[in-house]
Amino acid sequence: MHSKKPFYILVALLFIAGMAASVYRGIEHNVPFLPGEQVQSWAVDAKVSFQGTGEPAEVTFSLPKDPAFEILAENATSPGYGLSATEDDTGRQVTWSTREAIGQQDLYYKVTLVPTGKNEIPADKEPDAPQAYNWPATELAAAEQVMNEIWSRSATNLSFAQQLNKSFNATERSQNLELLLTSNSRAELFIRMLNSKGIPAKKVSGLFLEDQRRRQQLTNYVEVYHQGQWIIFNPNDGTQGRPDNLLIWDRTAKSTLDVVGGVNSQVNFSMLQDTRSALATSIDMLKNKNALDFSLYQLPLEEQSLFKGILLIPIGVLVVVFLRVIIGIKTSGTFMPVLIALAFIQTTLLTGLVGFLLIVAFGLMIRSYLSDLNLLLISRISAVIIVVIGIIGLFTLLSYKFGLSEGLTITFFPMIILAWTIERMSILWEEEGAKEVMVQGGGSLFVATLAYLAMSATWVQHWVFNFLGIHLVILATVLLMGQYTGYKLLELRRFRPLAGE
Amino acid sequence: MLFAKPRKLKENGVLGMNKRNIDYIGRYNPRKFYKRVDDKLTTKQLALANDIAVPALIGTVCQQHEIMHIPEMVNNRDGFVIKPSQGSGGKGILVITKVENGHYFKPNGHEVTPSEIDRHISNILSGLFSLGGKPDVAIVEGLIEFDPVFDGYSFEGVPDIRLIVFKGFPVMGMLRLSTAASDGKANLHQGAVGVGLDIGTGRGLHAVQFDRPLDLHPDTDKRLTEIQVPHWDTLLHTASKAYEMSELGYLGTDMVLDQKLGPLLLELNARPGLAIQIANGQGLLPRLKHVEQMKNKSMSVEERVAYAKTHFSSLPSA
Repeated sequence: MHSKKPFYILVALLFIAGMAASVYRGIEHNVPFLPGEQVQSWAVDAKVSFQGTGEPAEVTFSLPKDPAFEILAENATSPGYGLSATEDDTGRQVTWSTREAIGQQDLYYKVTLVPTGKNEIPADKEPDAPQAYNWPATELAAAEQVMNEIWSRSATNLSFAQQLNKSFNATERSQNLELLLTSNSRAELFIRMLNSKGIPAKKVSGLFLEDQRRRQQLTNYVEVYHQGQWIIFNPNDGTQGRPDNLLIWDRTAKSTLDVVGGVNSQVNFSMLQDTRSALATSIDMLKNKNALDFSLYQLPLEEQSLFKGILLIPIGVLVVVFLRVIIGIKTSGTFMPVLIALAFIQTTLLTGLVGFLLIVAFGLMIRSYLSDLNLLLISRISAVIIVVIGIIGLFTLLSYKFGLSEGLTITFFPMIILAWTIERMSILWEEEGAKEVMVQGGGSLFVATLAYLAMSATWVQHWVFNFLGIHLVILATVLLMGQYTGYKLLELRRFRPLAGE
Repeated sequence: MLFAKPRKLKENGVLGMNKRNIDYIGRYNPRKFYKRVDDKLTTKQLALANDIAVPALIGTVCQQHEIMHIPEMVNNRDGFVIKPSQGSGGKGILVITKVENGHYFKPNGHEVTPSEIDRHISNILSGLFSLGGKPDVAIVEGLIEFDPVFDGYSFEGVPDIRLIVFKGFPVMGMLRLSTAASDGKANLHQGAVGVGLDIGTGRGLHAVQFDRPLDLHPDTDKRLTEIQVPHWDTLLHTASKAYEMSELGYLGTDMVLDQKLGPLLLELNARPGLAIQIANGQGLLPRLKHVEQMKNKSMSVEERVAYAKTHFSSLPSA
C-alpha cells in the first residue's frame, strides 16, 4: 500500500493555492468578495485659466499621484492646444502648448478616483539630507532659539516635527515665533526649521474632497520623512496625518501650475462623489493597468457568457459528489443532474421542472409505441431524439400561442440527455415497475434541484467567475471526498439494524 | 431514532460503501482482472478451465442476424435462460421455463412471443444492459433444475447463494430467496429475502426482507432460520477456488444448487453489495481485518476453507 502523504500534500497545496489566489484577487485587485458591492468614487475637475498675451503659451500642470487613490479614468481637454504628458519618479505632469494664446484661456483636466485605503505614503528610497536654510540675520537668533528649545524637548525627528507643529498652533505663541511668522508662511517656516535640523521635509499640495464643491483651491501641507515613510503635517491647524478625503495632488515641491506666455493664471477644482459597482470599478482598474492576467474579462463578451455557464459546472459536480458520496443519494446517470440543473438556470426552476416532466412523460408514451416496433436500440434512441425535438417544438409553439413566455425556454434542455433519460426510464419501467421510475427519476430531479439552487445563487456565480482560484479549492474538496471511507448518511439508516440498539 | 450512530456501526464492524470501494475493491481488485467477472462468458470459460461447474452453455448470439437461429438452438429443451454477458444487477435476464410448440413461457406462466425474444436479444446486443452501453453478447444457458430442498422457501424464482470471498477465504454467506414482492427476482432491494448463513455449517442464522429482520418467509410462512444449505463444503470450495481463477481479492460469488449437478457457479462480482451484512446481522469488517492480519501466508483451497470454517463460524459445528 502506497503512502497517502503525497496525496494529502497535493490536496493541501491545491486548497492553499486556490484560497491564496482568491484572497489575492480580492485584496490586490479590489475584486469585491460579494456581488452588488458598491464603492465611492470621486470625479474631480481641474480648470486651468489664464489670460493669453498673444504669444506662444506653454502651460505645465502637475497631475495627482497618490497611493491612497487609484485613477480610474482621466483626460485633459483643450481645443487648439497640443498636449503631452510626462511621468517621472517625483510625479506626473501634463503640458498644454499653443503658438498663440489671446484673451481668456480655459484648459480642463478631469479625473475619476477610487479610494484604495492605503493612506500611508512610503518613501522608495531614503531622501538626501536637506540643505540648511540660510536664515536672514534678523531671524537667525530667533529661529535658533525656537529650534533649540524644541529640539531639547524632542527625542526623534518625528517628535521634533510634532512639537514644532504644536508650538505653531499654541494659543500663546512665543515672541520669537510671532516674529518669524510675520515674514514666513507657516508651511515655509515649518520646512525651513526641519531642514535646518537635517530632517527631510517638503511642501505638498492637497485637495480636500467634499461632495459637490466648486471653485476649490489646493491646500499646502508638509510631509516629513520618518523611518521609510512620509508623514503629513498641516502646520496651519496643528494636525498630523492625513484625513481620508485628502487627495495629495502634487508632491514635487515645485509649483503645481506653470504658465509661460500668459498672465493671471489660476487653477480651480470642482468635485463630485459617485457610487458605482465595486466589480465594474475593479475591472476598469485592471484594464488600466493591463493586468488582466488570469481574468476572463479579457475574453470577448460572447465567450465570457459561455464561461459563466461552464464555470458553474464544478459547483454542480461538487453537489453531486457530495450527495452521492457523503449523503448516499442515487441518481440515474452520474452527471445527468448537473446538465438538467444547467438547463434549469436558463428556464428557471418551476418552468424547468414542469417542462422536464412533460417532455419525459410524452417521451415515455411515444417510446412505449416504439418498443412494440422491435427496433434496434440505436435507431430507437435516434427516433426518441427526433421525437423529443418534435415535442419541444410543439410545446414551444403552444406556449407561444397561449402567451406563456416561460414555455419558450424549454429549448434549453439538452436533447440527447433527455432521449437517454426517456430510454432508461422506459426500460426501468418495464423491468422494475413504475415505482422504481418515480424513485430514480425523483432522486435525479431532487439532486438536479439542489445543484440548481447552488448554481443559481448570485454570490456563487460571482465567485466562480471572478475568483478562479475557487476552482482549485473545489478540485481539492472533490479529491478529498474521493478518499472518504466513512459511512454515508443514508447508510446510517440502512444499517440501523446492525447498530446493536 | 432514524439514524444509527456512526460509532455504533463502527463498533459492530459494519462495512460502508465508501470504505468498501476504497479500502477493499480499490486495493485488492486489480482493474485488469475485472473483465474476468464483468463478462459472464469469460467467467464461464475460466470456470470450465478450472473444473468449476457452471450451468450448461447452449450457445451465444453475437450478431443481429444470428438471432434467427434461436429456435433451433433451444430446440428439444424444456427451458432456457437468455442473459447479457456484461449485464449487472440481474438486469436483462430472461428465463423461459416452458417451451410448447414454439410458444415460450416465463416462470409465472406468462407467454413470451418469439418477437419479444428477438427484441430482447437485440437489446442485449446493442448494449442496453451493459455498463456504459457497450455492445454485448447474449448468452443462452440451460435452465437450472433447482434443488427441491428450497421448496417452500422460495417463491417462483431461483434461490441463490452469495458468498463473499476475501483473499481466497469465504468470509460471509447469504441465501437469497425470491418472494411475491420481489416478483421472482433474488435482488434484496427488490424485496427478496436474505438469509445469513453460518460459514461453518451452512445453517440459516438470521433473515431480513427490505432490511428488516423476519423469521418466516412472507409467502410460505416457513421458518427461515431452520434452513440448512446442502453441499455446503462444495459451495465453500467452489467459492474459494474462484479466487485463484479471478485473482480478485474481494469477490462476491453467486451459486445455485442444481438437482442433478449440485452447486453451479452462476457469476462472480467484483463489487458485491453490502446487504449481506444486514442478512447476517453483523458487520464484515472484523472478518476482513482478520484475513488481512494473516499477511500473505499461501494456503491451499482446502486449508483456507478449513480455516474459515473454524474462525468465521458463529454456530457450534454440527
